[in-house]
Amino acid sequence: MLQVTNSPFRQDQVELLNLLLPTLTEGQKIWLGGYLAAFQSAGEQVAAALQEAEAQAASAPAAPQEVTVLFGSQTGNSHKLAKKLSGRLQDQGAQVTLSAMIDFKPNTLKKVQHLVIIVSTHGEGDPPDNAISFYEFLHSKRAPQLEGMPFTVLALGDTSYELFCKTGRDFDQRLEELGGKRLAPRVDCDVDYDESAENWMAGVLAYFGQASASASAQTSKAADPSAVGAGQLTEYSRSRPFQADVLENLNLNGRGSEQETRHLELALADSGLRYEPGDSLGIYPRNHPRLVDELIEAMGWQSDVRVVLPKSTEERSLKEALTSHCEITVLTKPLIEQVAELAPGNGLKDWLLSSEEQDIRAYLKGRDLLDLAQDYDWTGVTANSFVSLLRKMPPRLYSIASSLKSFPEEVHLTIRNVRYEAHGRVRYGVCSTFVSEQLEPGETVPVFVQDNPNFKLPSNPDTPVIMIGPGTGVAPFRAFLGEREELGAEGKTWLFYGDRHFSSDFLYQVEWQRWLKEGVLTRMDVAFSRDTEQKVYVQHRMMEKSKELYQWIEEGAAVYVCGDEKKMAHDVQAALIAILKQEGGLGDEDAAAYLTKMQQEKRYQRDVY
Amino acid sequence: MSENNLLSQNSAPHSDVEDIKRRSDYLRGTLEETLQNRITGSISEDDNRLMKFHGSYMQDDRDVRNERSKQKLEPAYQFMVRVRAAGGLVSPEQWLMMDRIAQKYANDTIRLTTRQSFQLHGVIKWNMKQVIQEVNDELLSTLAACGDVNRNVMCNPNPYQSAVHEQVYEWAQKVSHHLDPHTRAYHELWLNEEKVADSRDGVEQEPIYGPVYLPRKFKIGIAVPPANEVDVFSQDLGFIAIHENGRLLGFNVAVGGGMGMSHGDTKTYPQVARTIGFILPEQMVDLAEKTVTIQRDYGDRAVRKHARFKYTIDDRGLEWFIDELQQRLGWKLQEARAYRFDHNGDRYGWVKGSNNNWHYTLFIQNGRVKDESDYLLMTGLREIAKIHTGDFRLTPNQNLIIGNVTSQKKKKIEQLIKTYGLSDGAAVSALRRNAMACVALPTCGLAMAESERYMPTLLDKLELILDEAGLRDNEIVIRMTGCPNGCARPALAEISFIGKAPGKYNLYLGGGFAGQRLNKLYRENIGETEILNELRPILNRYAKERVENEHFGDFCIRAEYVREVHSGLDFHA
Repeated sequence: MLQVTNSPFRQDQVELLNLLLPTLTEGQKIWLGGYLAAFQSAGEQVAAALQEAEAQAASAPAAPQEVTVLFGSQTGNSHKLAKKLSGRLQDQGAQVTLSAMIDFKPNTLKKVQHLVIIVSTHGEGDPPDNAISFYEFLHSKRAPQLEGMPFTVLALGDTSYELFCKTGRDFDQRLEELGGKRLAPRVDCDVDYDESAENWMAGVLAYFGQASASASAQTSKAADPSAVGAGQLTEYSRSRPFQADVLENLNLNGRGSEQETRHLELALADSGLRYEPGDSLGIYPRNHPRLVDELIEAMGWQSDVRVVLPKSTEERSLKEALTSHCEITVLTKPLIEQVAELAPGNGLKDWLLSSEEQDIRAYLKGRDLLDLAQDYDWTGVTANSFVSLLRKMPPRLYSIASSLKSFPEEVHLTIRNVRYEAHGRVRYGVCSTFVSEQLEPGETVPVFVQDNPNFKLPSNPDTPVIMIGPGTGVAPFRAFLGEREELGAEGKTWLFYGDRHFSSDFLYQVEWQRWLKEGVLTRMDVAFSRDTEQKVYVQHRMMEKSKELYQWIEEGAAVYVCGDEKKMAHDVQAALIAILKQEGGLGDEDAAAYLTKMQQEKRYQRDVY
Repeated sequence: MSENNLLSQNSAPHSDVEDIKRRSDYLRGTLEETLQNRITGSISEDDNRLMKFHGSYMQDDRDVRNERSKQKLEPAYQFMVRVRAAGGLVSPEQWLMMDRIAQKYANDTIRLTTRQSFQLHGVIKWNMKQVIQEVNDELLSTLAACGDVNRNVMCNPNPYQSAVHEQVYEWAQKVSHHLDPHTRAYHELWLNEEKVADSRDGVEQEPIYGPVYLPRKFKIGIAVPPANEVDVFSQDLGFIAIHENGRLLGFNVAVGGGMGMSHGDTKTYPQVARTIGFILPEQMVDLAEKTVTIQRDYGDRAVRKHARFKYTIDDRGLEWFIDELQQRLGWKLQEARAYRFDHNGDRYGWVKGSNNNWHYTLFIQNGRVKDESDYLLMTGLREIAKIHTGDFRLTPNQNLIIGNVTSQKKKKIEQLIKTYGLSDGAAVSALRRNAMACVALPTCGLAMAESERYMPTLLDKLELILDEAGLRDNEIVIRMTGCPNGCARPALAEISFIGKAPGKYNLYLGGGFAGQRLNKLYRENIGETEILNELRPILNRYAKERVENEHFGDFCIRAEYVREVHSGLDFHA
């Protein structure tokens, strides 16, 4: 809801708008956004009038303010938000320097007038790859004193992780320690970050003066400076996903495999959606119907009762809300603290108050709302009050497995089904199970493209490329090779791939074979961990080929790693360092520095999860 | 007698297989690298040609071929490994080794073949070396089990005529050993022998075969009358033991038999070997070698389906061959001696040999040794092998003889046979006991129709007809193959089926009960219903109208269902 404090409007305007906005349909909102944007750029007079109004309303400083916006981004969300904020700041007349943390020269930090940081947290509280060096610099003794420097931090994260938004919090705390002064309080965003990020941005923009007619349209892309134009009413995005037709959905694992990996082909048709190899596709899944039914039954609710969707004014039936709009498979501490208030007598609140943090974490891990429904008595708690506290269904991101050049108007994904048993019940990965069980060809699925500027082929097609992608981590490399094939690129390519069993788990086997035969793929090494008594992984194959690998790297090859972070990416990085030491004769520090330099030169990029 | 265009065209360009062999450096090719390629479970077509000489074919599980193609997976490549033993004779230790590697590396079954060899199916590339090593560790071999060389030498398996049998078996071994390839490639590739410098010339490498080996496979079998289990007339070179009162006098020699043909190509045909004379036992090795070298020098190297020895002989004439042979031998064959065959099937159950040991012939449907929930054949044989002190003998009809059981051990083995309910075939029809089917789908790349997997159900239905006709205990030889290459020697059966397409077979009638006569096409390209409708009236009539001791094949000719075939050249006539 609009307020005087989070918008550029007067009280009376706010009241009028608040009356009007909830009545608007989605289509009307978009139309209005586009109309205003077009109106603004078209009518100079109006613009001038607006500027005048701004000048009157705010005591904005005359000289342009210099703002440095730094982002640390793994999947591209921080980057996107940073671009959005920069655009709006520029619209307000600020002089903005926008940069990824890895590209920012630390020795210029002292000269920064205003520092704005947007950073996500990755894995177990880790900074994203392109934030690591700046993070380490700032936390080292070399970090300069920043007496009185105004700063603010937007932290992206996921409350289902123990160290929620840790990187953002660390930056926030460290900048304060170094003498900085918050120009706006830090905001921690959960996976459905849109609204919190908007609020934070409004605060930042307010600090830098009266916000202009950017009108803080909460969802409308038309107000985004990166929008194509006001007339384009059908730009699909995270908040306005495109309903893509399913063209093909097949299991890539052969008979006898204990795994299931779906190859999903979607039609982009005339959606206008475009992507580059390395980008991701977001999918909004539906929860497992059985889980939804069991949850409703355990809570003693009726599935057709109407409820208001979380952080929205829209109504749906309870069943639909729980199926498509709410996250019900993850328990977070903030969530159970809130729902505990709904039934103070059922013991949950008492338990939370009397329990150690680690015991609460242990309970949350691997449990979902059904467990909570079964473990406590929720008699009398209405569906509506409960649902309003839930997180919005977050989209799942998958590295795109196709090149638009090879498959125009299509996007392919490689999705491994997650299914495991925990606490006496089979648990289903929400999106992978949805794709596996519910997406027949002909159905549609809501999707959007998520840019990933940190995982891109070298611009020079002659640059050699080393790709390390076991399991579904191989997906983007199918896009890479498709792209290079279509471009007729002449640079050498080397793929390291692995999975459990050669016979059943060799994803896209015949395609690699064809690319090898045709020379699009120069070399390929594979490791199948369960075919031999001693488990073999990609890093072992890398070590076996250390001499040639080092040679490629010395020739300027770019190294890409995609896939599991915890188990694989660390081992692969260790192997890379070992190879640099062994073949390049480097010490520990020099090898690490070599890798950092590769990272800065965008010759070592990772897409890990 | 033969068409001119069948003549060996030595001037015609050699087939590409000849080139592959020539370039292979005595069967090495690029197998070493190919086996190490981890991106595919396959080997190249060229290397597969050479792999055969090492005793293995690349195959794939055809049941999942289409499904895997959709899944962007290569075919489920796997290897058939053939382990040979002259005369099919192996020790209990060797049996246990086969049992072990079948479970460890193959599909948990052992296939006994129509040439008294073992086949393992479903071995993947990465395990090939281990399999071949373990086979060789137990003194068996896969070398020359396939390929353009002399194959496993067959020999009458049933040692009840003990004294003669022992001598004949020794000669089988001698011939087999003499015709083994000499290349060290096998030992280098599989047995970790250090690579020898390949500077030696061809003669030293392969004194008999030379650098391009034979134009096609070559088969030798030895029969001991009155039994013709080895189907001696199906062999390129057959020997018929002539014996008197337990003493081996020598062998009649028969040449130019062979089963394979191609559908729709009447220039290809099955043929029965023709007897050309008699030799003394000690002349056997020499005769075999010279016969092989004649085929090496005169066989057709341009057209592979015309390259078997039978065409060399039919094209040039038997007289030409005898002249050439006697010239190379430097001596003349004697006139063939009299003998009599009365069957080519197995004699089941216990028989006592003249050496006072016992031999038990076990009925093994289609030669497939495996465990099923209600029939633990593989386990039963394993338990027997653990206590057995005699030998095992693979029969040419894909059955198994537990041989040379001493009187003391007989009880124990009988007990195990009972415990596991191992069958001597007494409970099944005589037709089933005399049935053979090749492997075909899903592993054999040549199969056009099912064989091993289908034959038992077809027999179920035929048995109903037999029961009605009162023929359940009448021995009729019936065989099926999934393609016309003839692994189950279908052209010699009284009733046979050769696959044309899924569910469709050619039906042949009129083969000789003792394997002495080819059968003839009766109906083409028919399915099960027609098969049953065609056979029902013939079997019923046979039951009513047969004369005493008249076999079904003979009856089919007398009743004019088919014409008698005297030579392969009449097969299509």
